[in-house]
Amino acid sequence: MTQNNKFYESVEEVAPGRTFLDSSELVINMGPQHPSTHGVLRVILKLDGEKVLGLDCVIGYLHRGVEKIAENRTWAQFNPYVDRLDYVAAVSNGLGYCLAVEKLLAVEVPKRAQYLRVILTELNRLASHQVWLGTHVLDIGAVTPLFYAFRDRELILEVFEKYCGARLTTHAFRIGGCRWDAYEGFAEEVRKTCDFIVPKIAEYGELITGNRIWVERTKGVGVLSGDDCKALGVTGPMLRGAGVRWDVRKAQPYSSYDDFEFDIPIGAAGDTFDRYMVRLEEMRQSIRIIRQAVDGLPEGPLMAKVPKMLKPPAGEVYQNIEAPKGELGYYVVSDGGPQPYRVRVRPPSFINLQALEKMVKGQLVADVVAVIGTLDIVLGEVDR
Amino acid sequence: MKQALFGYLQSKVTPGEAGDMLWATIYVLLVFAGVALAVLFMNWFERKVMAHMQVRMGPMRVGPHGLLQPIADALKLLLKEDVMPEKSDKLVFWFAPVAVCMTAFTAMLVVPFGRAHAITDMNIGVVFMLGVSSLSVLSIMMAGWSSNSHYPLLGGLRAGAQMVSYEIAMGLAVVSAVMLTSMSTGTGSLSMMEIVNQQFQQGRWFAFSFFPLGFIGFVVFAIAMVAETNRAPFDLPEAESELVAGYMTEYSGFRWSLFFLSEYTAMIAVSSIAVTLWLGGWLRPFPNLLSGHRWDLAFSWGPAFVALATAALCFFYVIKMSSIRAMRLNRLGLAALAAVLGALGLLMLLPPVASRIQDIFWFSIKVAGFMYLYVWYRTTFPRYRFDQLMKIGWKVLLPVSLGVVVLTALVGVRHELLPLVWRVR
Amino acid sequence: MADAPEEKKLEQTETKPETSSAPGAPEAASAAPATALAPAAPAAAAPALPTPPAPKPAAKPWECELTQRLKHVYGSGLRDAAEYVGQKYIAVDGSIAHEVLRILHDDEGYDMLSDLTCVHWPKDERPFEVVWILYCFAKNTYVRVKARYAEGEEAPTATNLWPGANWMEREVFDMFGLRFAGHPDLRRILLPEDWQGHPLRKDYDIRQQDNEWVRKNLGIESGQ
Repeated sequence: MTQNNKFYESVEEVAPGRTFLDSSELVINMGPQHPSTHGVLRVILKLDGEKVLGLDCVIGYLHRGVEKIAENRTWAQFNPYVDRLDYVAAVSNGLGYCLAVEKLLAVEVPKRAQYLRVILTELNRLASHQVWLGTHVLDIGAVTPLFYAFRDRELILEVFEKYCGARLTTHAFRIGGCRWDAYEGFAEEVRKTCDFIVPKIAEYGELITGNRIWVERTKGVGVLSGDDCKALGVTGPMLRGAGVRWDVRKAQPYSSYDDFEFDIPIGAAGDTFDRYMVRLEEMRQSIRIIRQAVDGLPEGPLMAKVPKMLKPPAGEVYQNIEAPKGELGYYVVSDGGPQPYRVRVRPPSFINLQALEKMVKGQLVADVVAVIGTLDIVLGEVDR
Repeated sequence: MKQALFGYLQSKVTPGEAGDMLWATIYVLLVFAGVALAVLFMNWFERKVMAHMQVRMGPMRVGPHGLLQPIADALKLLLKEDVMPEKSDKLVFWFAPVAVCMTAFTAMLVVPFGRAHAITDMNIGVVFMLGVSSLSVLSIMMAGWSSNSHYPLLGGLRAGAQMVSYEIAMGLAVVSAVMLTSMSTGTGSLSMMEIVNQQFQQGRWFAFSFFPLGFIGFVVFAIAMVAETNRAPFDLPEAESELVAGYMTEYSGFRWSLFFLSEYTAMIAVSSIAVTLWLGGWLRPFPNLLSGHRWDLAFSWGPAFVALATAALCFFYVIKMSSIRAMRLNRLGLAALAAVLGALGLLMLLPPVASRIQDIFWFSIKVAGFMYLYVWYRTTFPRYRFDQLMKIGWKVLLPVSLGVVVLTALVGVRHELLPLVWRVR
Repeated sequence: MADAPEEKKLEQTETKPETSSAPGAPEAASAAPATALAPAAPAAAAPALPTPPAPKPAAKPWECELTQRLKHVYGSGLRDAAEYVGQKYIAVDGSIAHEVLRILHDDEGYDMLSDLTCVHWPKDERPFEVVWILYCFAKNTYVRVKARYAEGEEAPTATNLWPGANWMEREVFDMFGLRFAGHPDLRRILLPEDWQGHPLRKDYDIRQQDNEWVRKNLGIESGQ
C-alpha cells in the first residue's frame, strides 16, 4: 500500500545513499501488529535517537463502513451494529443510539427501563475501565494487575450474560426501552458484584499508585492542558485529567442520571498519572451510581409504545452520552423512512487519538506506548 | 587405582587446589549438570510463581502440575527451524550465544558450595567472577551487531550500556564487602572461600557488619545484579511492548534457548556472589551463636526436613488430584516424585550423608531465595524507562556504593586501630 | 401514558403521506411543513381517546440575540435558525460559513468543536451538507451550524479555529470527496491512499468496492 504522507518511509528518500547510521533522524514503524497498540493501529515515528520529533497515525485497518451499513438497515436492525464500534463498552454505544432515535420519535422511556439502562451502562463503564487498567499497566511493564482486573471483570460479564445472553456485544437495549426485565436475583447479584469490586479497586491502587516506578513512568508524561483538550475536542477522562470538570452525565443529563448523586473526579496536571487517578475514581463513582439505581429501581413497564416499523419523522438530532472513552455522539438524520438517512457516530477514541502527536512530541520513545495506553482507544471506534 | 580415585575424598580442599584433575572434571560436570537442572527447574518455578501471583495456575498439563513443562519447551526449541538472517555476519551470529553461555558457566568455576565443594578456589575468586560476567556484555553486543538489523542493534547497544553502568556499582559494593574480610586477620582476601570463612570467624554475616553499612552494600549489589542480568524492572532491552525488540530478535530455536539458559545461569552466578559475600555462603544460620554438637545436629536435619516437607506436599497434591483415568499417569508420576523425595529425605537424615551435603544445602537455599526475589520483582514492578534506568545506575547506585566503600574503610580502620589504642594505653 | 403512544401509532400511519412529501431536509426551512402538520394531526386522530396525545416533534424558529445579529449582518445568508427536539441549529450559506463559525468561536465562546460531519442529499443542486456541532463550556450549550456545498466546491476549513477539525475534515473528504480549502494535510484517513471512490455518497452502492485496488493490493478478485 503506497503511502503519501508527510513523513518519509525511510532515510533513503531523505538522502539517498546514506544509511540509517549516518542520519540523526530515524523513521520507525510501530504496528499495525504490535502488542501495545490496542488493536490495529499503525504509528510512524520520526525519532532523533530516543526523542520523538513527530508522528503520524495510520488508521483504517478496522474500517467496516458502519455508517454506510446504517443507511441500508432499518432503525431496529442497526442497533446490534452499534455494539461493535467500541466493543469493549458495547452497552454505552447501544444506549447512545437508542436515545438518539427515541429523541427523534419523541418517546419517553419508562422510568424502570431508564434505571436498568443506567445500571447496565455503569457496570459497562466499570468493565471498560478494568480493561483499560490491565492493558495500560501491562504496556508499562507491570504484568500482574491485568489478571486481577480481568478476574473482577468476569463478574460483570456474568451479569451481562445472565441479563441478555452476551458478555461483550450485548445489544442490551431496544429503541423505546429494554427488551428484558431484570432477571430473578439481579439486584442481589449486582449488589454483591459492587461489594466485591470496591476493595479490589483499592487493591489495584495499592499495587500501582504508590509504586515509584509507576509514578516516574507516568508523571509528566503525555501532558495535555485543558485548553488544548477543548481545542482538539478531546473529552472524557482525558479532559477531566486536565482539570476541566465536565461530564455529559451532569452537563446534559440523559436517562435519569440527574436522579443520582455522584461526583466528577478531576486531575490537575493533565498527565498520564492524573488520568489514571481520574479513571480509578470514576470506577468508584460508577459503583455509587449503580448502588443508588439498584436500591431505587422503580416498578413499571419496560418499553414505551413504539410501532413495530419505526419511522421517525424527518429531522436530525445529535445525542451525546458519556461513554467510558469520552463523549460519544450520534448525529442521526431521518427522512421519515424505515431506514436511517444518515447515522454519524462521533467516536471519542478517534478524536482523542488526534491528540497523540501533541502529547508525545519531545518525549521519549518509551512514552509513546504509555500515552497510547492512557488515551484508552479502541480501534473499532476509531475506524468504525 | 582405588586410592587414586577415592583418595581425594579425604581431603579438605577443593579439587582444583588439590590438583586432582579427575575430580576437578567430575566437579565441573556435576556443577554443569546441577546448574542446567536448576535452570530447568527455574523456568518451571518462574512460570508457576508468576501464575499464582496473578491468580491463575500456570502450566498444569505437561506432567503433574506442569513439572515436565521445561522439557517440553526445550524439545520445542530444539526442533524449531534454524533461521539465520541472510545478511548477517554468520560467524559472529553463530558465536554470540555460545560466548554468552560460556561466560555464564565459566563464572560458576569459583562458586563455593561448601567448605571443600567448589571446582576450585582461586585467590582472586571474586574478581574472576566479576570479570567473566563482564565478558557477557561483549557477547550481547556481538548478538545485536551480527543480526544486521537496526532494531536488534539498538537493543543490544542499550543492553550493553545498561550492563556496563551497573557493573561499576556492583564492583564497588564487592569492594566494600572484601574490605570487611580484613577485620579479624588484618589481611583481606579476594578468595570466595576465605570470604565465607571470615564471616564465620567474625561471627556475623557481612550484611550485618557495621550495621547499616554492610546492609547498604548488600542492597546496592542486590539491585545492581538485577539490572546486570536484564531482569525486571530493568528489562527494557528485552521487553515486548517496547519498540526496539531487543538483541535476541533474530535468534530462534536452540540459539535462543542458549541465551535463555545463560540468562538464568548469570542470575544464579550473581546471586551466588551476593550470597557468598553478604549472606554467609554455605554457613548454616547462627554457626557461632548456636554452636555445639546438639545445634549442629539439629541444623543438619535441615535438608532432610526440606526434602521430606516437599515430599509431603507432593503427596498431598497426589491425593488432591482428580482420579480420572486420564490423570492416572500424572498421579503416578507425582507419587513417584514424592517417593523419591521422601527416600532422599530419609537418606539425608543419616549423619555421614547429612554432614556432606549440609553446606551445599544452605548455600542452595539462600540462592533459591534470591531466585524467588527475582520472580517476585518481575511480577510486581513496572518497567523503568531507559533514561531513568541509567539515571539510577549512575546517579544513585554509584554514589551510594562509593560512599559505602569510603565509610566502610573509615569504620574498618577505626575498628582495627582501636584495640591497638587500648593496648598502647 | 399508556394511551399516548397508541395515539402516536395512529398518528404515525396517518402522517405517512405528509412526511413522504418532504423527504429529508429541503433547502432551507425544513421545519415549516412539519410545523404545519403538528396541529393538524391530533385533530385527525381518533377523538374518543381521553388523554391528549404527546406532541409530535416540530421545529420551532430560534429567535435570540445571536440569530438577530446574524440576520442583520448576513441577511439572506442566514438561511434558517430553528430548534428541533430541543436542539438549536443555524443553516447558513456556504460562503459565509467560516465567518459564522469564527463569530461563534471568538465572540460567543464556543470553544469545542464536538463533531464535523457531512450529509449527502444527491437530488439537491448543492448536495453536501456540512454540519459543525459546537459546544460552549461556559454556557453549557450546543449549537449546530449547517451549510451546503456543491460538487466541486470547496468548504472552508475550521482547523484555524479548532485544531481538532483536522481529522474530522479528512474523514469527510475521504467519505464524501468534499475538499476543504486551507486544510494543512488533506488526504484520506480511513481508506487506503489510492482508493478510488467516496463510499458515503448515496450513489456509491453498499456492496461496491474499488476492484482495481483490491486486485492490485490483495491479489484477489473482489467477490461482490
